[in-house]
Amino acid sequence: MAVLTAVVGIGQTKYEAKRLDVSMAGLIREAAERALADADCSWRDIDAVIIGKAPDLFEGVMMPELFLNDAIGGAYKPMLRVHTAGSVGGSTGIVAASMVQSGIHDRVLCVAFEKQSESNATWALSISLPFSLATVAGAGGYFAPLVRGYIRRSGAPEDTGIRVAVKDRQNALRNPLAHLKLPDISFEMVANSPMLWDPIRYLETCPSSDGACAMVMEKESLASRRSGKVAWIHATEMRSEPTMFSGRDQVMPRATLDNAAALYKKAGITNPRQELDCAEIYVPFSWFEPMWMEGMLITERNQGWKMTYEGATAFDGDFPVNMSGGVLSSNPIGASGLIRFAEAARQVRGMADQHQVDGARKALGHAYGGGSQYFSTWIVGAQKP
Amino acid sequence: MREVAVVGFTQSPSLRREPNRNEIEILIPVIDELRKQTGLESKDFDFICSGSSDYLAGQSFAFVSGLDAVGAWPPVCESHVEMDGAWALYEAWVKIQMGYADTALVYGFGKPSMGDLPITMALQLDPYVMMPLWPDAISVAGLQARLCLDAGVLSAEDMAAAAVRDRGNAKSNPYAQVKGDFSVKGILAEPFLVDPLRRSDCAPISDGASAIVLAAGDRARKLRERPAWIRGIEHVCEPMDLGVRDLLRSRSTEIAAKKAGALADKLDVAELSAPFTHQEILVERALGLGPKTKVNPSGGALAGNPLMAVGLARIGECASRVWSGEADRAVAHATSGPCLQQNLVCVLEGN
Repeated sequence: MAVLTAVVGIGQTKYEAKRLDVSMAGLIREAAERALADADCSWRDIDAVIIGKAPDLFEGVMMPELFLNDAIGGAYKPMLRVHTAGSVGGSTGIVAASMVQSGIHDRVLCVAFEKQSESNATWALSISLPFSLATVAGAGGYFAPLVRGYIRRSGAPEDTGIRVAVKDRQNALRNPLAHLKLPDISFEMVANSPMLWDPIRYLETCPSSDGACAMVMEKESLASRRSGKVAWIHATEMRSEPTMFSGRDQVMPRATLDNAAALYKKAGITNPRQELDCAEIYVPFSWFEPMWMEGMLITERNQGWKMTYEGATAFDGDFPVNMSGGVLSSNPIGASGLIRFAEAARQVRGMADQHQVDGARKALGHAYGGGSQYFSTWIVGAQKP
Repeated sequence: MREVAVVGFTQSPSLRREPNRNEIEILIPVIDELRKQTGLESKDFDFICSGSSDYLAGQSFAFVSGLDAVGAWPPVCESHVEMDGAWALYEAWVKIQMGYADTALVYGFGKPSMGDLPITMALQLDPYVMMPLWPDAISVAGLQARLCLDAGVLSAEDMAAAAVRDRGNAKSNPYAQVKGDFSVKGILAEPFLVDPLRRSDCAPISDGASAIVLAAGDRARKLRERPAWIRGIEHVCEPMDLGVRDLLRSRSTEIAAKKAGALADKLDVAELSAPFTHQEILVERALGLGPKTKVNPSGGALAGNPLMAVGLARIGECASRVWSGEADRAVAHATSGPCLQQNLVCVLEGN
């Protein structure tokens, strides 16, 4: 019933710790203008604007989309603001796609951003509320026990996380937009970096970035007429579950497993490891690569670390993951999910430049958030489904 | 387009200050009651969408614990907008249109009493050129009211009359916060709160929540004898900057109403969520409402204004009048941003 939809334009900013050269409006406009140029469109061609970002406390502006809408051509158009915790970038892409898939709009622009230098993310995530137990742990403190739980269950070698970090940081050297680039990256450099939240070391952690990512999506009848390459949206899926309740498996939440199964069913995929050519997975702390390889049903339970260890997820492996350098190399939180979705689309369009996987035809984009409880994913292909 | 209807609606009473419950505790009974009303459980909802604001709760990710009120287990297909629940309803309606869902739960909630709301709302303005002046929400609305008065598009008497009407209507609404027999003369005798706005020109500050169930086609017919069918739903956003907008009218409401097919001469009921009397008049005019249409039978936002839930509640108030047969055709309005920046119009029909 849904209208087949394609990504026809992608734009990203340069990711940096502090983009002091632009305002928030300038930042999102930079990404949006690049997406429009890629799609060979003007502001006038856009029917609706979807804006996504993580908590408003990250910039200190309440519902900033209201003042930003004008900067990306949203005046007198429909505008929605999505916020689903860390998965918000992915959710923004899914909401934007649904605006076209429903037949309501022909062409939409979505932009997700974070300008984390305006505030302090760990502060914004650690507000102490009356009558509530304050963890004041930030994200790393929250996720470290889940990683330890994974190591205990899977028996993964302690250096698995280091190997993920080295791989993603090597990949980042291929991506001119990546924030964190360490040309001398090595196993020893990561292993010797300070332990922040045992077992997560400094260099196994994502940076705090300013940046924005934008996409133009279009209905089939328009996208089919294009001479340039487009990425067809084969399937989107999302799942959420509560943060805490007795018996909840926080290491391998049911929401990720249900989400993966539903996504592949929609996309007609029975063997994701073989049928997908590569993936951009939300890995803010190194260990989440093996965890989500299992959570996305790409490998068997407790075997995810082997994919890392055996080099399957490396750039030249049989299932490359985070060719762009991933969240470990650029992390404007609200945009990070949409960057994963966009990088998957770049791969199947054959437009990923130096981090292009040869012959990529089908790719997975993935985001998660909250206390490992929000999941949003999509599969895009070079061919129509 | 698929036929989609509002088949369930519940709300909490609007309270100036909910003393004992946090946002989620306000929401829990609202969703429980909705389950009872529709006979649906969490697993029966193909899609769930909510609207709320972190800045009202004073914390990041305030909406996450909304999942506890839903009882999101097994895991649910769910999304959230940092907007009034009326826009969450729009997103859910889109998901039903694309065939992703046949049923949806939508909710909105807010507890503005935890902070100083007019000052909190200053943080919603452009952070580079407006916010540093700390213009509170009432002062910003006051600028618009002064402009309207000076231009002669409305009078202080017109504004007072809107408050009299709404708060009189609200007498029959057990969920309303400010209600009773007011008079134009009495209101005009009030001192200015922020010249030219008097206390009675302003919506109250309210804690509260509302929730709605949407269903498509035959599912809707099974759940309600006379479903409130959504015949049009549109929303439009203007630029924020007050200097580039025509503040004497609501252009975005005009555009949304036209696209949604809100034909004024056929509307029995209108529910508006404009938070100031002069804005209510501008919205009425943008919708082209005439004497045939009963405006704000519930009292509207001027009688109870739970931010992030108030717009969604207007859709629910319209729907409940369609269910009962009181209205054949109704229009609901939601707004966001300073001086009616962003507006949503939803047309509901009984046939």
